[in-house]
Amino acid sequence: MNVPNDLQYAETHEWIRVEGDTGTVGITDHAQHELTDIVYVDPPKVGAVLTGGQPAAVVESVKAASDIYSPVDGEVIAVNPALASEPALVNTSPYESGWLYQLRLTNPAQLEALKSPETYRAQIG
Amino acid sequence: MTFQPRRTTLFDQQKAAGARCVNFGGWEMPVQFTSIIEEHQAVRTTCGVFDISHMGEVFVSGPRAFAWLQHMLANDLSKCPADGAQYTFLLNERGGVIDDLIVYRMADDNFLLLVNAAKIEEDVAWLEQHVNDGVTIDNRSDTMSALAVQGPQAPRVFREVFQCEMPARNSFVTLEKCRGAVIAAGTGYTGETGFELFFSSSLAADLWHALLQAGVKPCGLGARDTLRLEMCYPLNGSDLSPDRTPLEAGLAMFVALDKADFIGRDALAAQQAAGLPSKLVALRMTEKAPPPRAHYPVLVDGQLVGETTSGALSPSLGEGIALAYLPPDFAQPGQVVKIDIRGRPFAAVVEKKPFYRPSSNRPS
Repeated sequence: MNVPNDLQYAETHEWIRVEGDTGTVGITDHAQHELTDIVYVDPPKVGAVLTGGQPAAVVESVKAASDIYSPVDGEVIAVNPALASEPALVNTSPYESGWLYQLRLTNPAQLEALKSPETYRAQIG
Repeated sequence: MTFQPRRTTLFDQQKAAGARCVNFGGWEMPVQFTSIIEEHQAVRTTCGVFDISHMGEVFVSGPRAFAWLQHMLANDLSKCPADGAQYTFLLNERGGVIDDLIVYRMADDNFLLLVNAAKIEEDVAWLEQHVNDGVTIDNRSDTMSALAVQGPQAPRVFREVFQCEMPARNSFVTLEKCRGAVIAAGTGYTGETGFELFFSSSLAADLWHALLQAGVKPCGLGARDTLRLEMCYPLNGSDLSPDRTPLEAGLAMFVALDKADFIGRDALAAQQAAGLPSKLVALRMTEKAPPPRAHYPVLVDGQLVGETTSGALSPSLGEGIALAYLPPDFAQPGQVVKIDIRGRPFAAVVEKKPFYRPSSNRPS
C-alpha cells in the first residue's frame, strides 16, 4: 500500500497534508482498498467546525456507509467538488484528486499526536 | 463461550482466489473478491459463481412426505412436477414468514428443501416439532456443499463442465461428476439464467476448480445482494420476517390459498379479507442521494409512513434502490416519497417491480 512520506496519518486511516495553517484531508490507500468501490461521498459543509477524532464526512461503498474522522480541530474552508460526480476518485487517487476537504487548523499542536508514515505503515502491516 | 463463525468447505480455495470475508448469519463468507460492482456486472454480462454452501439442505422423505409438506409449506406442491423446483414458504400460525425456501421434488416421496443459512436450526426445529408418522427429516447441511453459477454464459459453462445441456429453469437432473453425484438445477437468485449444484462436500474443491477453469468469475455475497435486490427478490431477515406475511411482501403467487390446509392459511385468508396493512414496495431514488440502506425512514408529506428493509446503489441502473413496507394508500407505482438519510430527506418514487429485467432470463 502506498503511504506517502510527506503526510501525517490518523489511526482511523485519514491523512492530512499541512501547508501553513491549512490542512487537506483524505483517506489512505489502505482505507480505500478496504472500503472498495466508493459510490458516494457526503462531505462536511464549508464553514463547519470540526473536532479532531470526531466524524467529519461519510464515504459510502456499495456495501456500507463509513464515517471519516477529522484528524484535527479546524474550520472547513473547502470540499472537493469533483467527488460529487466522481466519488471513485477516492479509490483511484486517494492522495491527490480524491482529497475530501480542507480545513483551517485551530489547534495545530494536535498534529504532534498524529502518526508518521513509518508508524502508520507499521499499523497497517 | 467464544463465538466462532463457521466456514464452508471452500473457504481456503476462496481465500486463495482473493476473497474478503465477513460474518453472514454465523458464517465467515466472501463479501467480494475483486469488487462488488465488477462481480455484479460479471453475472449480468458473462458468468459468476457463488459459494452457497452455508445454505441448508434438508431432505424430507417417506410415504407421507408429500401430504405433510403440503400442510407445512404455503405453495402448492402438487404443481411442482417430478425433477422440478418450487419457491415456497414455511409460515407460522400468524401467516408470518419463518423462512423462504426452494423445494426440489427428488421423487414422489423424497424432497430437498434448500433453506437460508441463518434459519437452518429454526426450520429443522419447526419441522421436527410438527413431524408425523411416515415422514423422515434428514438435515444434511453439514455434509453437503452448494454452488450457484449465474449469468448469460452459464449454459456454455454447464456444457463445458458436464458435457450436457443445462437443465431448464426450475427443473433439475442428477449427474455423475468428479466421481460423485451432483444435483444440477436450473435455479438461482440473481434473475439471470444459470444453475445451482448440490453435492457432497468431498466434491467441492474439484467442482470449484472445474468452474473456474471454464472462465467463471468468483463472486461474493455483496454482488449476490445487489443482484437479488435489482430483481426485488426478498432476503429473509431483512424483507421477510415472522411479523410480515407473503401477501404483504407481494408474493401471493407463491401462496396457494386454494389449497386444503396449511400452517398460516387461516391467518392469510383473514388478512386478505380484511385488506393488507402494508405492502412491500420498490423505491427508486429520483435525485442525487447517498445510497439508501436498510432501516431508513420513509416519509410522505413529511409524515413517517414506513422504513426501508433493504437498499443499495444499483450497479446496473446507477441509481439508489430500496424496498420498504408502506401502507397500501402509498404503495401504488408513481407514489412520490422521501427517504430520510442521516437526517436529510431525498426524493424517491414507488416503482413497478422488478427494477431490472435481465436479458438472459427465460420465462419460467
